[in-house]
Amino acid sequence: MTAGTLSNRKIASDNAFLKALIRNVVPPIVAVLIFCVIWQLFSTDTFPGPVQVIQDAFSAEDGPPLINPFHVGGAEDYWGTVFNAVVRGTGDTNIGLFWLVMSSLKRVAIGYSFAALIGVALGILVGVNNLLYRALDPIFQFLRVVPPLAWVPISLAALQMNEPAALFVIFITAIWPILINTAVGVKQIPSDYNNVAKVLRLSKQKYFFKVLIPATVPYIFTGLRIGIGLAWLAIIAAEIVMSGVPGIGFFIWDEYQNNYITGIIIALLYIGATGLILDRLVAWIGTKVSPA
Amino acid sequence: MPQAPRQASPVFLDCTADRFVPFRHFWILTIMQVINDTPMSVVSQVAAATVSAQPLLVIENVSKVYPTPTGAYTVLENVNLSVREGEFICVIGHSGCGKTTLLNMVSGFSKPTTGSVRVNGKEVKEPGPDRMVVFQGYALLPWLTAFENIFLAVDAVHPDRPYSEKAAIVKENLALVGLADAADKKPPQLSGGMKQRVAIARALAIRPEVLILDEPFGALDAITKEELQEELLKIWNDHKCTVLMITHDIDEALFLADRLVMMTNGPAANVGEILEIPFPRPRDRARIMEDPEFYHLRNYALDFLYNRFAHDDE
Ligand SMILES: Nc1ncnc2c1ncn2[C@@H]1O[C@H](COP(=O)(O)OP(=O)(O)OP(=O)(O)O)[C@@H](O)[C@H]1O
Ligand SMILES: [Mg+2]
Repeated sequence: MTAGTLSNRKIASDNAFLKALIRNVVPPIVAVLIFCVIWQLFSTDTFPGPVQVIQDAFSAEDGPPLINPFHVGGAEDYWGTVFNAVVRGTGDTNIGLFWLVMSSLKRVAIGYSFAALIGVALGILVGVNNLLYRALDPIFQFLRVVPPLAWVPISLAALQMNEPAALFVIFITAIWPILINTAVGVKQIPSDYNNVAKVLRLSKQKYFFKVLIPATVPYIFTGLRIGIGLAWLAIIAAEIVMSGVPGIGFFIWDEYQNNYITGIIIALLYIGATGLILDRLVAWIGTKVSPA
Repeated sequence: MPQAPRQASPVFLDCTADRFVPFRHFWILTIMQVINDTPMSVVSQVAAATVSAQPLLVIENVSKVYPTPTGAYTVLENVNLSVREGEFICVIGHSGCGKTTLLNMVSGFSKPTTGSVRVNGKEVKEPGPDRMVVFQGYALLPWLTAFENIFLAVDAVHPDRPYSEKAAIVKENLALVGLADAADKKPPQLSGGMKQRVAIARALAIRPEVLILDEPFGALDAITKEELQEELLKIWNDHKCTVLMITHDIDEALFLADRLVMMTNGPAANVGEILEIPFPRPRDRARIMEDPEFYHLRNYALDFLYNRFAHDDE
């Protein structure tokens, strides 16, 4: 009896799981397939279709860096090349796409960390000070809408070197949404909470950690999430302009210069996937950190 | 017990004669009843109270004017009220007449345009834990547990006491409102009534001189509301703090208050009348409801609100 109902229930739940899987997985797969068919129909000599792309990717001549994400060409020492590319941002630019993405991500990590730290700190400062807010908010709103690419020439001119310029472009692109959202978050703290703090005469420190930060964290993470998207956008833009660095942005540009569309398309998949992972990662951290 | 007649005299002083006519005979009745019970003490109490008791809270000639785009808007004009230590005062009046505005000047969140608010003879300048507020929307921090919410308040008031003492105060006050078991729950997990209990426990835990409540039970269902009224009354009986409470509910005011402050309509509202509520303490709801006096007072307040100062919006 019991065993029977149990296994019945198990079958039922298996069925439900299967149904959910079919409902959620099959439609996107079908959509991708339809997309590929349309793409194939519209492919030309200069713009390869999916079949051509797969053939090219598996060809012995161009294939290795595309198919093997960990590929390092030439005879030199493998880890030395990887270290140069990822940590120092120099050397061979024709290595596996995983390492190129890593090399770009390292730049993003640095620029974005500065943007997050300074953005949150400045956002809080501007949020708690009405005069500062009125003075600076219009400027922030203005700078926020300057596209990442527009910062590249000016940062190159100012910093003269590719690497710091790339970091600066990421920083300056990502900081505005973080800063603005943090400031808005501070301003949005319900007046009830501030009144409690006032009537209890909470110390600055207690107010900061028990009221301000918990009340603002959701806004900070909204800003951080927009910021990471923009940072990833910016690194691609920056690397495209600053030639010669190992990185996924330069790679895609280099492939274009060599009229090699297959490489562009595969790099595009990596860029999209990485952006998505970054976005979800920050959102996930946000849900972990957010109080209540 | 002797509280009721002791407070009889200010009514005669506060009210203008013509307004007072329908009311007078209740008073004589009440006083007569009590005098029959304890004739000697009443007389001396009245004398003592009027002569010696220095009021804890004095609101003197207070006006509040808000500048608005269409010109200055006078919310309150010439409000006067004295509250003795340990008194339970309810404030009633139509929506928008300025009750919250008045209490905000006692708590220190806003300043009178003219006049002064003094507690213990000292001018109120800013909010402080001696005038703790139970806010209309509970104002609990949702990321802190019930315990932590109260602890934050206790810790702010007694920063130098050891943790164990502060924790004991928190637990004691949670138990007082019947929430010892919910100490580790966060506000989103609590019902409206429980949240209000935590808010009251937080306010009581820091032992304010004046406890200010802005419509504390407005959002609660009838049963929870009555439970909380009784709890509040019991706590007030034990602690004897001074209470200033806004309400929209006449029955609630009659059950709880020593005096009911009835405000006239805005703009330029002020204290229309102050109704003494003579029921002996500790109060029992059933007994009060049986008392014909309850209905006299109730009708009198209703008449004040719905005839003499009817809302003339529509
Ligand atoms: N900051 C302000 N600026 C201008 N007018 C205000 C301001 N605050 C309150 N008022 C006005 O003062 C009047 C009284 O407001 P208040 O909140 O004190 O009323 P209330 O008696 O508490 O009403 P309710 O019972 O609805 O809570 C209202 O007409 C309101 O519009
Ligand atoms: Mg109000």
